[in-house]
Amino acid sequence: MEKKATRVAYGEALVKLGEANDKVVVLDADLSNATMTNAFKKAYPERFFDCGIAEADMVDMAAGMSTMGLIPFCSTFAVFAGRSYDQIRNGVCYPHFNVKFGFSHAGITLGEDGGSHQAIEDLALMRVLPGMTVLVPSDANETYQCVEAAAKIDGPVYIRTCRLPTPVYDPRPFTVGKGNVIKDGSDLVIFTCGVMLEHTLNAVEELAKKGINAALVCFHTIKPFDDELAIQYAVKCKKVFTVEEHSVIGGLGDAVAPLLIGKGVETFKKIGINDEFGQSGKPADLLVEYGLTGPQIAETICSSL
Amino acid sequence: MDLQTLQSKARAVRRDIITMTSKAGAGHPGGSLSCTDALVALYFEIMKGVDPKNDKDPNRDRFVLSKGHAAPALYGTLCERGYFGPEEFDHFRQLHGILQGHPDIKKCPGVDASTGSLGQGISIAVGMALGAKHTGNKCHVYTVIGDGESQEGLVWEASMAAAHYKLDNLTVILDHNGMQIDGTNDEVMSLGDIKAKAVAFGYDVIEVADGNDMQQVLDALRAPACPGKPRYILLNTLKGKGVSFMEGQVGWHGKAPNAEQAAQALKELEG
Repeated sequence: MEKKATRVAYGEALVKLGEANDKVVVLDADLSNATMTNAFKKAYPERFFDCGIAEADMVDMAAGMSTMGLIPFCSTFAVFAGRSYDQIRNGVCYPHFNVKFGFSHAGITLGEDGGSHQAIEDLALMRVLPGMTVLVPSDANETYQCVEAAAKIDGPVYIRTCRLPTPVYDPRPFTVGKGNVIKDGSDLVIFTCGVMLEHTLNAVEELAKKGINAALVCFHTIKPFDDELAIQYAVKCKKVFTVEEHSVIGGLGDAVAPLLIGKGVETFKKIGINDEFGQSGKPADLLVEYGLTGPQIAETICSSL
Repeated sequence: MDLQTLQSKARAVRRDIITMTSKAGAGHPGGSLSCTDALVALYFEIMKGVDPKNDKDPNRDRFVLSKGHAAPALYGTLCERGYFGPEEFDHFRQLHGILQGHPDIKKCPGVDASTGSLGQGISIAVGMALGAKHTGNKCHVYTVIGDGESQEGLVWEASMAAAHYKLDNLTVILDHNGMQIDGTNDEVMSLGDIKAKAVAFGYDVIEVADGNDMQQVLDALRAPACPGKPRYILLNTLKGKGVSFMEGQVGWHGKAPNAEQAAQALKELEG
């Protein structure tokens, strides 16, 4: 199966978007070769603005540019969502300016750079901002869809991408705010997002070997969340698991949790990074270390049944 | 508009500042009174395309009050300029009011950016000037920053970008009254040679000896742009300017006058 990092797809999508819409401008903070905005820089140098190593300034500059009718895409590492948070909050979200954030290298699959650079909190930070749309593409095709959709939304949008090449699946239907049923099932349901799709698919296979028919639902939009679909599957399966490459606090799991109250759910468990920072290592080794491979996810689920 | 009329407008704005902060029992009169002359000069004389009936004209000059806590000065200026009536002062800092504690682009007509988190306004203004250049918009962008605010690193990140992108359509105005909440700049965190810093960051700098002298402020704002360089106007101002008991007093940074004090202040600002 073809593999491609969602950050690479983000770079490609920007070039395509730039061709169709001359209002699109891209800002980066000296990381264009990592965020993959270098392709846009090459294609449309006059619409690419390097802000230097100054993420906070990049965000407010984008805010100002948006008032001139432009559609700025800010690009840097997801870990710097924290560094530029006041600017995202007060500079962009408070006035509801039309600024997009394509933040890459999220999660532990960033790998060797280590815990200082592995954002495990960005979804929590973004979800809580009024008016912010939060997108987490699970593969390259969904990244293209997210970027295209972001440009059509009049307001702030956060797109979380990753460094690690991951499988490219056939394109699925895409509507902002709607989840996708990857596999139907009846014994339990797994809700996931982002690059954990690959590993939850593996987990579903592992569970099938044990005679467990698991449903799998993938959410490319964490906010506004598809409450309806989540509740439908929670009611149907009664055993609910969330899997994300993010802290178990404040991300997908916590978008799901409040929906389950009073719905007759028997089991609920959030699987992700358990309130700790990451560390250096190869992405594959880190996934094992933090229990996020398919077999480990299946094992965690079985031990909770 | 002649000098005398502008000076009269500035007195009217100062009365508005006293009126609204007194009514609200809160707000920042000191740093509002120090930058009043600059705001009046901008809105009544300097900025092009300022039109309360068409406040979203894309070609208008832009203004960002980076030191957003001086909102009373901006609200007074916008009111005197006709963006809304003085009845709004009754609702300054109140529930459902358009005059929020700090300027809100979504609520108050004539406001070009929501500010209040220090350092951000100048950075937004840099983005506006860059966006204007990119889109061929001939507008000029003005921003007023504080001296205490200049302790924020973002002010200097933005300044670096302004020079890098050669934003000669940007004017940064420093309201240098020398004071902030906890004391003088030098007591809290010395700015050092702020003029030399501005020069070193690539600005074309004009220093105004008395930033509360309308003629001196106008002369600086009318000075021809220096091609390829952002402009920095260093206004030496007096905190609390125009109200005897507030002038040069740190304590009036974020404190409202009571009814008696307001009456005395309004008397001093007559005419």
